[in-house]
Amino acid sequence: MLWNTLLLALRAIRRNLMRSFLTVLGIVIGVAAVITMVTLGNGATRSVSDQISSMGSNLLMLLPGQRFGPGAEAAPAFKSADLDAVRTQISGVERVAPVANKTATAVFQASNWSTVVTGSSNDYFPAGNWVLAAGRNFSEIEERAGKAVCVIGDTVREKLFGRQNPVGSEIRIKKFACEVIGLLKPKGQSAMGQDQDDIVVMPLRTVQRRLTGSQDITRLIVSVKDGASIDAVKHQITLLLRERRNIGENEDDDFRVMDTRQIAETLTSTTKILTMLLGAVAAVSLLVGGIGIMNIMLVSVTERTREIGIRLAIGALEREVLLQFLIEAVVLSSLGGLIGIAMATAASIALAGTMNVPYTFDAGINLLSFLFSAAIGVIFGYFPARRAAGLNPIDALRHE
Amino acid sequence: MTDAAPLLRLSGITKTYGRGQAAFQALKSIDLAVEAGDFVAIMGPSGSGKSTAMNILGCLDTPTGGSYEFRGVHVEALSRNQRALLRRRYLGFVFQGFNLLARTTALENVELPLIYRGERAGTRHAAARAALAQVGLKGWEHHTPGELSGGQQQRVAIARAIVTRPAVLLADEPTGNLDTRTSEEIMDLIGAFNREQGITVLMVTHEPDMAAYAKRIVRFLDGRVDSDRRSVEAA
Repeated sequence: MLWNTLLLALRAIRRNLMRSFLTVLGIVIGVAAVITMVTLGNGATRSVSDQISSMGSNLLMLLPGQRFGPGAEAAPAFKSADLDAVRTQISGVERVAPVANKTATAVFQASNWSTVVTGSSNDYFPAGNWVLAAGRNFSEIEERAGKAVCVIGDTVREKLFGRQNPVGSEIRIKKFACEVIGLLKPKGQSAMGQDQDDIVVMPLRTVQRRLTGSQDITRLIVSVKDGASIDAVKHQITLLLRERRNIGENEDDDFRVMDTRQIAETLTSTTKILTMLLGAVAAVSLLVGGIGIMNIMLVSVTERTREIGIRLAIGALEREVLLQFLIEAVVLSSLGGLIGIAMATAASIALAGTMNVPYTFDAGINLLSFLFSAAIGVIFGYFPARRAAGLNPIDALRHE
Repeated sequence: MTDAAPLLRLSGITKTYGRGQAAFQALKSIDLAVEAGDFVAIMGPSGSGKSTAMNILGCLDTPTGGSYEFRGVHVEALSRNQRALLRRRYLGFVFQGFNLLARTTALENVELPLIYRGERAGTRHAAARAALAQVGLKGWEHHTPGELSGGQQQRVAIARAIVTRPAVLLADEPTGNLDTRTSEEIMDLIGAFNREQGITVLMVTHEPDMAAYAKRIVRFLDGRVDSDRRSVEAA
């Protein structure tokens, strides 16, 4: 009986090719959309955490204020004295690099390019995994005197110099001329989609004097010596900064000391939210696909009811008719689900390649969206049929 | 044949649609017996209950009251599934509207009852082809209903009805949608199955020309049997 019913179900699918195709299509689109979105989102999240963990686990980031982004309360910035204190008073610290940023337009001959100027020290390069492609880094005199010299990133070089060698040329930033002494090797896009090579690095003092006009340091990057305990260093730094910033015993810190794991968490929380949003949008398309399936199934109920009447009149048992419709629905839904998974896999791999995020197969979301769409297909293929098969054969035959 | 039980017998069959004030009694106590091998035309004006009686005879519908014996078995006591099995085993149907599966070839339509009977593919194909040949559709096996004329579709329906060699062929206005010439061809075909294979035929019609093919004509009026006589020419 099962074999015969399977035969009947397959014949029914074949002779209703258009309806079958539309049913499958709804499921395919829904499943493919959800899986692709979530897979890419997961890939982006992983790419962010990969990139941050590639910075090494021995980095600490010191930021004034407790939170990133809007709503952050104003907290005093760090000063050069803080930098020296961390460098000299904390054991286990290898380097401390200050960062003070300012957006500015760089001009070379007829070309100009708006970029971010970072004021720091030579310690900035090893801490950020930067390698010089040409030229040199700052000399001690240049750092101390705040000379107008800079090391530029590859994007700035390309925008301003094209194919020329930038080292030794002078670019103009705001009102002052600045000698390009070094060129950094390109690093490409960051996990957040920023161009990391769009950068101009100058001595901290140069930026403070000529661009920001203040002694503020936006953040400190601390690298911890091999073998030293990160947690111990964090703890010491926290105590030191609390003392230096006159924070009472019962008051909260007005700064953050984050290790790379925490930085990763902060950044990946953003991509995780994005993944959820994308997933939600895709889930809507799964739902719309499901409604499409319902529509097709319900529209064909009249024809199907008559068909059920014919089958019953010919001598089919109610359960044979139902089994046939169930098999039909299961075959179509699974087929749609499997094609959807295949398409999602292909699309995810292709998009992951162009978006520079790693592809990871997420069994959970594959299974979930497959089961959801299969359930829609089965419910809306099977239950109208169940109602029809419960009718008197003559009523089913006369169904208008 | 007189002492043997008839092939089928209706006794005091009633059928009421709706309830209370809106109740409509389509059949008011029908008594009818049909012997094996007979060819009965059931006639009567619209609303006389002839189709209702036919549906009850075909086990497609259940009576409100009375008893229906098929080969001595009380059909009104059977379950849904048992009635389905009875249809599968003994009955073949031809409808006014053909009721073929759309987009399905003639051969597959004719095979359908054999699939439910669990026949093997080889047997099925051979029997379906033979049935189509018997109704004059050799060479049309792979056409779908949409590609066939009304007369051809009704032939496919007849082939589907007789492919299982049923005891009774029930035809509800089989020529209602067909022109006169095609109607005559269809009636010749049904008459031939009755004569040559001894299949009992019950046919509802309102056309006297078609009823003339039958051996016995039963007239319904207002839910009762009005007259029941043997056709002179066919007898």
